[in-house]
Amino acid sequence: MTMARVAASRRSLLGHSYNLVGVVASLVILAWTLIAIFAPTIIPHSIGDIVDDDYFGPMRQGLWLGSDYLGRDMLSRVLMGARYTVGISLAAVCIACFSGVVLGMIAAVTGGWLDTCLSRFLDAMNSIPSKLFGLVVVAAVGSSIPALILTLAVIYIPGAYRFARALAVNINTMDFMTVARVRGESTAYLIGSEILPNIMRPVLADFGLRFVFIVLLLSGLSFLGLGLQPPLADWGALVRENIGGLPFAAPAVIVPSLAIASLTISVNLLIDNLPQKIRDRDA
Amino acid sequence: MTNLVEVRNLRIEATTDAGRVVDIIKGVSLDIADGEIVALIGESGSGKTTIALSLMGYARPGCRITGGEINVNGKNMAALTEKQRAKLRGTDIAYVPQSAAASFNPSSTIMEQVIEVTRIHGLMAPEQARKRAVELFRALSLPDPEGIGARYPHQVSGGQLQRLSAAMALIGDPKLMIFDEPTTALDVTTQIDVLKAFKSVMRAGGIAGVYVSHDLAVVAQIADRIVVLKGGEVQEAGTTAQILSAAQHPYTRELLAAFEPKPRQAHADADAGTKALLRIDDVTAGYGSVRADGLPLIRAVNSVSLVVEKGRNLGVIGESGCGKSTLARVIAGIHPAAAGDIVFDGRQLERAAGKRSQNQLREMQIVFQYADTALNPAKPVEDIISRPLAFYHGLDRQARSKRVDELLDMVRLPRTLRYRRPSELSGGQKQRVNFARALAAGPKLIICDEITSALDTVVAAAVIELLKELQRELDLSYIFISHDLSVVEAICDEIMVMYNGERVEQITPDRLKAPTHPYSKLLFSSVPKLDPTWLDGLVRDPELVSQYGHR
Repeated sequence: MTMARVAASRRSLLGHSYNLVGVVASLVILAWTLIAIFAPTIIPHSIGDIVDDDYFGPMRQGLWLGSDYLGRDMLSRVLMGARYTVGISLAAVCIACFSGVVLGMIAAVTGGWLDTCLSRFLDAMNSIPSKLFGLVVVAAVGSSIPALILTLAVIYIPGAYRFARALAVNINTMDFMTVARVRGESTAYLIGSEILPNIMRPVLADFGLRFVFIVLLLSGLSFLGLGLQPPLADWGALVRENIGGLPFAAPAVIVPSLAIASLTISVNLLIDNLPQKIRDRDA
Repeated sequence: MTNLVEVRNLRIEATTDAGRVVDIIKGVSLDIADGEIVALIGESGSGKTTIALSLMGYARPGCRITGGEINVNGKNMAALTEKQRAKLRGTDIAYVPQSAAASFNPSSTIMEQVIEVTRIHGLMAPEQARKRAVELFRALSLPDPEGIGARYPHQVSGGQLQRLSAAMALIGDPKLMIFDEPTTALDVTTQIDVLKAFKSVMRAGGIAGVYVSHDLAVVAQIADRIVVLKGGEVQEAGTTAQILSAAQHPYTRELLAAFEPKPRQAHADADAGTKALLRIDDVTAGYGSVRADGLPLIRAVNSVSLVVEKGRNLGVIGESGCGKSTLARVIAGIHPAAAGDIVFDGRQLERAAGKRSQNQLREMQIVFQYADTALNPAKPVEDIISRPLAFYHGLDRQARSKRVDELLDMVRLPRTLRYRRPSELSGGQKQRVNFARALAAGPKLIICDEITSALDTVVAAAVIELLKELQRELDLSYIFISHDLSVVEAICDEIMVMYNGERVEQITPDRLKAPTHPYSKLLFSSVPKLDPTWLDGLVRDPELVSQYGHR
C-alpha cells in the first residue's frame, strides 16, 4: 500500500521531469539557433547598407533597434551576428570537448607514460593566457573563420581534458572496469561503452559551460579587433564598433551586449535545469 | 510503570526522486525498559536503522516522521523542536554508527573527538572529561588507555575505533545508546572483543540500548529482547530466548533457518574430481617497489600453492588483510604475480590477464564482492549480461536476447528485470546479475570474492543455494573467498585458511571441528553461535589471542 502523489514543483513529460526555468532557457536558445540559421532571409536590410541619416539613431519604426555608428540597421546586424557568434562558438566547443574528453578518457584508462605526457603537455598549453594566445595566432596566420574556430578550440581543449580525465579516473577504479578489462575489452570499448555513459551528464554540463566561455572569449577577441573582420560582425565586434555610442545611450551598444548575455545565461540555466529521466523502482 | 522508551504507532514517509511518497515505517510500536537492550533485526530495507535514528528525532534527508509518538525519557522526540532535540542528543541518547572509520575526523586526535560532546553540551571541564574518557577506554578494554587518546584515527585498528566511538557515545552519560550494526564491518576475531566490551559497559552502567543488526547470532549474545522487522512493520517481538527457540512468524523462522546452512553432501562421484583444473605453485604477489630479488616490498600473498579439482570447490578463508582477495586477483591476472606458476586446465597461464588468450579469459571468471561497483550503473541489466555473449561467443542480437532470458531464469530473476538499471535492483538481485554475467561467458572456474558479504543472511543463503544448483547443472568449479566460515562450509569441498599472506592449513568441512593450526582454532572458535550464553561462556586461549588477534 504505497501512496502516490506527484510533487508540483517539477512537471513530467515523456518520462522526463523538467521545470519552468529549463524550458524558458531552452526556448531562448532555440530562438537564437533559428535566427542563426535563417538570418539571411529574415533581415530587413543588408548588413552593409547605410539606411539612416544619423548615426547612433534611436529605436523607431522601420529601424527597430536603431542604427549603428555608420547609420546601418542594427536589427539586421544583430541577427546576422547571431550566425557568427553561435556558429563559430558551437564549432569550436564541439572540437574542444570532443578531443578533450576522448583524450581525457584514454589517458585515464591507459595510465602510465601516455597519461603523464598528455597531462603535462596540456597543462603547459593551459598555462598560456587565452587572449594572448589568440593574439599570437591572429598575428601569425591572420583572422579567418576557420583559424578562429581552431584557435578557440585549442584554447579550451586542456580544460575539457582535465575535466574528463578527473571524472574518468574515478570511474576507472570501479570493479566493472576491472571486469571489462579481464574480459579482454579494447580501449575503445572501455572508454565508449563503460566510461562515457557514466560521465555523460557532467560532460554535457561542461560542454555548455565551455560554450559560454567560448562565446565570451570570441566576443572579447572581436572587441579587441582580433576576431571577425568588418564588414562581418559577431556580437562582440558589434559592441566594440559601437562603443562610441555609450554616451548617447544608443541601443546599438546595448542590444548586442544583451544578446550575448541572453545566450550565455540561457545556456547556463539550461545546464542547471536539464530534464531528468524519471526512474522509479516501483512505479 | 513507564518505560524509558515508548514508541507508539510510528510512521515515517520518504519522497522518491519522481515525487512519489512512500511509507517506509508503517505504524511501529515498541518499548524499552531502563537498562534493557533491544535488538532490531531484519533485512536491509526493513526500516531498522530508520527506527533507530527516529529515537533521536532524526529522519534522514528525504524522510519525514509523519505520525505517532516517540517518547524517550518522558519527552516526545517527534514533537520537539530541532534545538531541543540537539540538547538531548549526546546526553540522553547517544549513537554508535556502523562504520567508525568513516565517522571519525581524520585530522584531529581521538581524545579531542571523544570529549567533544562534553564541550558542546558544557557537561564538564576538559580536564575532567579527559579523565572520564580514560576510564571509559579502560572499561572498554582498549590497549594503552592513557595514551590512545593522543593518536589519530588512522593509527588504531577498526575494532579499536569501533570501541572508541562507543566511548564517545558513553561520555555524555546517556540513558539510551543506539548501536547501528557496530560489528558488521569487523572480523570475527575482533568482533568478539568489541561485543564483550560493549556488553560489560552497558551492564555496568545500567544503560538501555537499541542494537540494530542483521546477524541473529551477534544479537543473541547482547540483546535482552529481539524485535523482528520486515517492510517497515514489526513481525515479531519477544525475549531473545523466545525468538531463538520458539519463533512464531515465518520470516523469523526463515532468518533462523538461513543461519544454519544445510551441510553440503559429499560428492557422490569422488573419482570425478581427480583432474586438477587449476594449480598454482608458490605464488608470491604484493605491492610497493620491486626489490633486487624481483619480489615486491610488501608481500600480500607469500608462496601460496593450491589445487582446484574439476567440479569441486575450494574455500579460502581468513581475516581482512590476510591476502585472500589479492590471491583472487592474482589468479585472475588482475594483479600479476611476482613469482610462481599458474596452471589452468593443463596449460600454463600468463601472469597478467592482458597477455592471456581470449579463451583462457573466458574460462575463468571473477565475481566481485560489491555488486554496486561491479555493475556499470549507466547500463541496463540486459546490456550488462549480453556483453560477454557478444564478446566471447559473437552471438547476434536475437540470439543474445534469448540467451539473456535463459541466464535470468538460471539465476532466478524475473525476465522483466532486463530493462532495469543496477540502481533499481535490490542487493541480492544485483549479486545475481553479477553472477549471470560471469555465467554468460561460459566459464569452467568462477572465482567468488566475498560475494555474499554485502548481503543479508536470508539473501546470502539463497545465493549460496543458487550457486550449488548451478554447479550441478553446469559442471562448474568455484574458488570461494570469504571471511564467513558458515558460508564457506556450506559450499566448499576443501577449505584453505590464510593468515598474513600465507596458507596455514587446508582441511575438509567435516574436519572443521578439529583444526590443527592454532590460528584456525582461534578463527573457528570465534564464529558466533545462536546460543545466547555463547559469548559469556567463551574461553579463549590467551596465548592464541595475543599471537593472532588484532586487538
